[in-house]
Amino acid sequence: MIPVASVNPVAKLGAGLLVSLFLIVTIDWVSAATALVLEMAVIAFMGIEPKRFWLRTLPVWLAAPFTALTILLYGRYDGAVYFEFLLIRISDGSIELALATFLRVLAIGLPAVVLFISIDPTDFADGLAQRLRLPDRFVLGALAAVRMVGLFLEDWRSLELARRARGVADRGRLRRIAGQAFALLVLSIRRGSKLSIAMEARGFGGDTPRSWARESQWGSAEWVTLLVGLLIGIVATVVAVLTGSWNLIVG
Amino acid sequence: MRGLDLRIEPGERVLLLGESGAGKSTFLHALAGVVGDDEGESEGSLLVDGEHPAVHRGRTGLVIQDPDSQVILERVGDDVAFGCENLGVPRDEIWRRVHDSLEQVGLTVDLERNTSALSGGQKQRLALAGVLAMRPGLIVLDEPTANLDPGGVTEVRDAVIRVAELTGATIVVVEHRVSVWSDVVDRVVVLEAGGGVIADGVPAEVLSRQGEELAARGVWVPQHPPARPQRAVRGRQQPLLSTQQLSVGRGNRPLGSPLDLEILSSHALAIMGANGAGKSTLALTLGGLMRPVSGAVVARPILADGAGEHPIRWKSRELLTRIGTVFQDPEHQLLTSTVRAELEVGPRALKLSDHEVDARVEELLTRLRLDRLAGANPFTLSGGEKRRLSVATSLATRPKVLVLDEPTFGQDSRTWSELLALLARLVDDGSSVITVSHDLEFVDALADSTVTLA
Repeated sequence: MIPVASVNPVAKLGAGLLVSLFLIVTIDWVSAATALVLEMAVIAFMGIEPKRFWLRTLPVWLAAPFTALTILLYGRYDGAVYFEFLLIRISDGSIELALATFLRVLAIGLPAVVLFISIDPTDFADGLAQRLRLPDRFVLGALAAVRMVGLFLEDWRSLELARRARGVADRGRLRRIAGQAFALLVLSIRRGSKLSIAMEARGFGGDTPRSWARESQWGSAEWVTLLVGLLIGIVATVVAVLTGSWNLIVG
Repeated sequence: MRGLDLRIEPGERVLLLGESGAGKSTFLHALAGVVGDDEGESEGSLLVDGEHPAVHRGRTGLVIQDPDSQVILERVGDDVAFGCENLGVPRDEIWRRVHDSLEQVGLTVDLERNTSALSGGQKQRLALAGVLAMRPGLIVLDEPTANLDPGGVTEVRDAVIRVAELTGATIVVVEHRVSVWSDVVDRVVVLEAGGGVIADGVPAEVLSRQGEELAARGVWVPQHPPARPQRAVRGRQQPLLSTQQLSVGRGNRPLGSPLDLEILSSHALAIMGANGAGKSTLALTLGGLMRPVSGAVVARPILADGAGEHPIRWKSRELLTRIGTVFQDPEHQLLTSTVRAELEVGPRALKLSDHEVDARVEELLTRLRLDRLAGANPFTLSGGEKRRLSVATSLATRPKVLVLDEPTFGQDSRTWSELLALLARLVDDGSSVITVSHDLEFVDALADSTVTLA
């Protein structure tokens, strides 16, 4: 089993990006299918609970066929035509493209989701600031903001109930939601400014170079993660080129 | 505030008093060096250790009122370490300080513990630990216990005192409730609204000399408790609402055991219980705003008045004359940009005549001392004014049942006794009042019966 949870989130992000990079320069089904097979093999060794895997990746499984369907009906027309109605035209070309798209969405989406379900925002922020050297004001500000999302959800609920209590929830749903969204904005700005006072009072934003209570680890596991991403991309491309289906879409 | 001359010696423990709007919070923020140059005007000088407060970041630590707004990071250990990191303290030293600080405030939880799972009192002690880890010479606290239940208040107060004794840090605390701090501070300073100092000295002396005047200004002085209303002879009590094996909760998870309650007219019911026992959820469910997890809230015909027996199925407009709900945070229920318009929302939704709307609004503006604020934006009001407004908006449609969630949280003694008098009168006049509260004195003065959730 691969202990993927403890891998630095920055490496996970990098591996996901590497795979996608190889897959977005071409639209063919061979490269996507190859990448997908390799990814599934890797994912199988990560020891993710099956229920959790299907639940988290469900959006990808839903998005893939819908995207493919659109391409199937309206995609590039080529070769034999099997069905035609108004703008809809299903042809050899659109079938092939639909298949390629279906596999591609899965090949890019699945590893992204699987890698990210194990990412802890705090570790990710540590990595972004310490490893990628992003400005720490930006990273920590964003991290603190993410933590407030839960409070905003609570606020939204209360706003909704309060509108019912005040007798204005019977109609004009769209307008009410707009009003509620504005109220949430006002509340979130207030929360945000209180938070920024609290952060400033703890010395945040000063001129002193910041130290880090925890080092963002980077070792062989991180390099291996990146390498796996790179290899999947290369193998997928090589197989596609050898079978003659690789087609560069840029340029 | 302006024209303040004050000298605080190292190691002093000062309680800062004054009515709402006297500038106490601004002063504390200035001490902590977090008042920016673009936020208002300043004149004169304020020196900490003989220098501008912003020079020594971390020399002054600030703890504010709202527990949720000062938790910065997700893990307890990280949150305490945050200040040290900003000051560039070396890693080994940071973790030593994190352990020391958590021990000093008596917060013995795992460093990996999620900060949002802490209680209000724990969050405030966490904030104190975060401040402490910066090794400040001065700790300023802005109503640190105003949002806490009685247990949390003692918990935080004791932690502050222990910290002061262990570290010798200077303490400046602002709080309405004098009794919490009067025994443990060695100096009380009373600020004048508009500027200057009214009184300055040893707590016992200041409180005996100025106690009455302070009480009149809304400060909670133990020797001068706020007035309690005389209750009139009550009218006939009729059942308006009842619960049948009611379980409340978010989603499908019930909080606590099923309840059978009878809500009567001319009766005040208090709902008490510890944090997380589901008091607010019960209030919202009784208010016809949340669906019960199981069981039912049933309105008697006299209350339902043709609208069906389940309040949760009533239209929003039908709730107005039947059950009013006052939320814990008044800001959640604000809809418009003036106080007057805010009061008109309910009566207008009932399609009352212009004449009737005006009459009701005028009456409430006067009765709740909001008349001078009729044109003001509700968001700009003080805490006490917002609370009065949120109660007034519910009263405008004259509901038979009024549900209030922590109406006295963070209120000064003046607003407190006004609310009490107002609610007592409603009950005497035949309404049913349900309050969720931690406030023992309030419950004691108002409630005819009490339910305590486990």
